[in-house]
Amino acid sequence: MPVTTSHEEPELIQLLTPEGEFKEHPDYPLDISAEEMRGLYRDLALVRRLDTEAVALQRQGELGLWASLLGQEAAQVGSGRALRPNDMAFPSYREHGVAWCRGVAPKDLLALFRGVTNGGWNPDDHGFHLYTIVIGTQALHATGYAMGIQRDGALGEDGSAVIVYFGDGATSQGDTNEAFVYAAVNNAPVVFFCQNNQWAISEPLERQSRVPLYRRAEGFGFPGVRVDGNDVLACLAVTRAALHNAREGQGPSLIEAFTYRMGAHTTSDDPTRYRMSAELEEWKAKDPLLRLHTFLTRNGLADEAFFAAVEEEAGRLGERIRTECRALPDPAPLDIFHEVYAEPHHHIDRQRAEFADYLASFEGADAEGGR
Amino acid sequence: MSVITYRQALRDTLRAEMHRDENVFLLGEEIGVFEGSYKITEGLLKEFGERRVRDTPIAEEGFVGAAIGAAMLGLRPVVEIMTINFSLIAIDQIINHAAKIYGMFGGQTSVPMVIRTPGGGGQQLGATHSQNIELFYSFIPGLKVLAPSTPAEAASMLRAAIRDDDPVLFLENLGLYNTKGEVPDGDESVAEIGRAAVTREGTDITLIGYSRMAMVAGQVAEKLAAEGISVEVVDLRSLRPLDRDTIVESVRKTGCAVVAEDDWLTYGIGAEIAASIQEGAFDYLDAPVRRVAMAEVPMPYAKPLETAALPSIDSITTAVKETLSAVGRRVG
Ligand SMILES: Cc1ncc(C[n+]2csc(CCOP(=O)(O)OP(=O)(O)O)c2C)c(N)n1
Ligand SMILES: [Mg+2]
Repeated sequence: MPVTTSHEEPELIQLLTPEGEFKEHPDYPLDISAEEMRGLYRDLALVRRLDTEAVALQRQGELGLWASLLGQEAAQVGSGRALRPNDMAFPSYREHGVAWCRGVAPKDLLALFRGVTNGGWNPDDHGFHLYTIVIGTQALHATGYAMGIQRDGALGEDGSAVIVYFGDGATSQGDTNEAFVYAAVNNAPVVFFCQNNQWAISEPLERQSRVPLYRRAEGFGFPGVRVDGNDVLACLAVTRAALHNAREGQGPSLIEAFTYRMGAHTTSDDPTRYRMSAELEEWKAKDPLLRLHTFLTRNGLADEAFFAAVEEEAGRLGERIRTECRALPDPAPLDIFHEVYAEPHHHIDRQRAEFADYLASFEGADAEGGR
Repeated sequence: MSVITYRQALRDTLRAEMHRDENVFLLGEEIGVFEGSYKITEGLLKEFGERRVRDTPIAEEGFVGAAIGAAMLGLRPVVEIMTINFSLIAIDQIINHAAKIYGMFGGQTSVPMVIRTPGGGGQQLGATHSQNIELFYSFIPGLKVLAPSTPAEAASMLRAAIRDDDPVLFLENLGLYNTKGEVPDGDESVAEIGRAAVTREGTDITLIGYSRMAMVAGQVAEKLAAEGISVEVVDLRSLRPLDRDTIVESVRKTGCAVVAEDDWLTYGIGAEIAASIQEGAFDYLDAPVRRVAMAEVPMPYAKPLETAALPSIDSITTAVKETLSAVGRRVG
């Protein structure tokens, strides 16, 4: 029987119940128009479609790998829409929904997973950094970036804050914990956004922690909250508040978005090997799209025509993604020498020349080759 | 004789060692319920229970450090690090502690632990997940580094590693797990740590490799045999201690050598081999020692680029032929 440090039940910030009922929360008043709410629904639906298409493209051999966000749409769209243009987000590898909110073109995300490029977008153009796959490392980078913002005095109403995404598994890494230490002692303007999707590949949360993750923050000296990660409104409200506090010089905070990875860890994984289907069924009832759909319908905020239009738009997005993905150019073998150093390097020049000669030595070989 | 995979040889050996010695236990990320990312520990949690097979948090420095502590108690932890890339997170524990505790504590306590971990590219896992950084560990006094290339070697060397009283980094390779080879039935041989093997005798040239590259070297030799070129293959098997005698003896016989390595060229394992050859066989050399290594770039993720970056049967064959023609020998 695991021991917890407190007998209190963890508090879950929720504005929209799984049944689609709205409940006010005294600490998180939400100022949002009907149109914005419809916009959130559209985001959720389109992001889900993007994800479904990408999984299908991987199955068809068009992508090397894909890490599905299925089930985590609300955590990503809610927090992504809380960001302002000046803010910077540091993702792990699953934040396609945040990428969407930051205006990264789907084809640029696919280009990464197809291996066409190692960096499909300029992070400064989007306030969205590039994907990281070594677990936990980006928490430190985000903290350092936030300390830079602080040093530049770029805080306040028109200033910037940083948000960093990582998973429940990542909370065990030294890097993540050291980021907490740094952010705390420097009062850095960074929001630690942990999507607790209950699994780290095959390892359940119990392997990582015996206290609810958000309570870790207290020991480091900053606030932590648990939010219903399948409630887009709560994720929006809680993240807005945390970013506001960071911009206003109140330092870091930890948000644990309590959610569920409904799909496989990546396209190379088969979750039926290690988890019960009943668990998935239970979480299906808490689907992030479903509850917003119910809420909007029941309160007369959206009609059938709206949902049909979103569905149609999703269909067009899917088609566009398929076409654009297949049209991505293949890299050429000599590209391996690009982007090793930012500055010229004679060693690389020499290798490139030798390799070009080697390729040329194959009669009829296509040096521009490819997939 | 049975023909089994490299994976099966590792699994059978872990299982037998756990039966043999109650102090042997396993720990690592998802090695229990999930039976390992590469299924080396399949069935072991079921058979031995959680006391002997421990799933750890996603914290490499944590479980390597804890294994050192357990080894100081006299247990024999066999740690699995998902891939050698993540050993970088634990590198302080490995290099500064596992390797030095025996000496720094005046020989009062040894660290009889094994870290099993696969290296290897070619699996489209990207730059941070496809490295061959066994060199880092081979460089460190206090560590032993083993790198078997066949199922039989994997078994006898893993037995040796587990029974050894020093910390051993046991290098596996993603590209070898499914390869098959003969293992004598009921074999309980324990390899001598620090011995290379001449896995194919030849007279024209010595081709040296380890881990996946020892297998590829064998394939190159096979191919060249058909063209009338006799290649002697040396499988290093142990990177630390390195068996210089076997290498030098072979090169004294053939008069020229090519080293094939999956790691990067500059300062790589091949550099040490080439230096050893010139020290031990300088007067016998008819040509400079050639090294064939990975392109010196972070591993690309795109399949065609990854293929371009890695040494191949073709690039090694070319180097062998160029070396032979440089000394005016027939090249088939
Ligand atoms: C340092 C390190 N160790 C191990 C891995 C292998 N690995 C990739 S994803 C993953 C699980 C991460 O789980 P979590 O942080 O919960 O994120 P999620 O995948 O659930 O979004 C692991 C162990 C890695 N990439 N980096
Ligand atoms: Mg997770």
